[in-house]
Amino acid sequence: MIIHLATLLAFQLLGEVTSRGLDLPLPGPVIGMALLFISCVMWPRLAQTITPTTTVLLGHLSLLFVPAGVGVVGHLDKFGSDGAALGVAIIGSTVVAISIGALTFVGLCKLMATSHD
Amino acid sequence: MTEFAEIWTYLSTDPLLWLTLTLAAYGVGDALFKASGRKPFVNPVLITVACLAVLLQLSGTSYGTYFAGAQFVHFMLGPATVALAIPLYANLNHIKKSALPMIAALVAGSLAAMLSAVGIAAALGLDTDILLALIPKSATAPVALGVSEAIGGSPSLTAVFVITTGITGAIVATPLLNLLGITDWRARGFAVGVASHGIGTARAFQVNETAGAFSGVGMGLNALLTALIAPLIARWLLGG
Repeated sequence: MIIHLATLLAFQLLGEVTSRGLDLPLPGPVIGMALLFISCVMWPRLAQTITPTTTVLLGHLSLLFVPAGVGVVGHLDKFGSDGAALGVAIIGSTVVAISIGALTFVGLCKLMATSHD
Repeated sequence: MTEFAEIWTYLSTDPLLWLTLTLAAYGVGDALFKASGRKPFVNPVLITVACLAVLLQLSGTSYGTYFAGAQFVHFMLGPATVALAIPLYANLNHIKKSALPMIAALVAGSLAAMLSAVGIAAALGLDTDILLALIPKSATAPVALGVSEAIGGSPSLTAVFVITTGITGAIVATPLLNLLGITDWRARGFAVGVASHGIGTARAFQVNETAGAFSGVGMGLNALLTALIAPLIARWLLGG
């Protein structure tokens, strides 16, 4: 458990150093994810070893957004008359983005299936 | 016996109280979510945040004091993001087979998120500085804040938009995708990750492991694409 967490932290650290060192537009943890992924492809045993810990961590991913979410509540009243328009823009664009993304994915899968026939 | 005021003085300066309450409130949120039969509208992040906001208001506690305790939970976002590599690896075969649909859905979903947000907000008469802060809202928080700053938006405004977008995606995804008749877990998860980052991904993992893995990929790829495209949209918006 501890060694698994240390592994995750080490990859995050490596990601942070890479991100800052090479001045990349990606945050350290995202690069750490990519590096861990590549390492798992190279050494499949690594994935097997840390899976129990990552399953627990990802099972409660929602919890980790709570502190930032609480910070948001304090800002909500600042929007005043813009609040409704912002709500429409955020809900509307999220609905549009999920719909278009999923339909594109399914559409291309169908296109590829027919072209293989 | 010690006066309550003295005990409160200790509690209000120590991280222990708000760390405990954050976990306890999440316990309540998660229990309600499970008791509801995992209904999307009973979102555990939303319930937990609402409980804590009320507690902070009632006790007159500042966000700074709260965060001194909650930062330990917040910190775990980093290693959890790294941990997304594991379901990604477990679904490697799925992912190899769907590279092309993924790239197409990434570009379409990411552009749709940015352009429709700016389009709707502009049509409703919101100011340019708000439009700029809206552009990167579908990307994961650290990227969105960095992008917002780079394109001249307000990072603190963007932080609010990122969280509300994530919660919106987590709530609307299941009914919306059912309505569209999309049953492919890969497509469902991926689109949710692109549009509503980690909070959408957390929701996707609650529904289906494959959806969660694809959502994690969508989130990671959209972080990259948003960092590349948002400056172009911002420049176009400012008429340059």
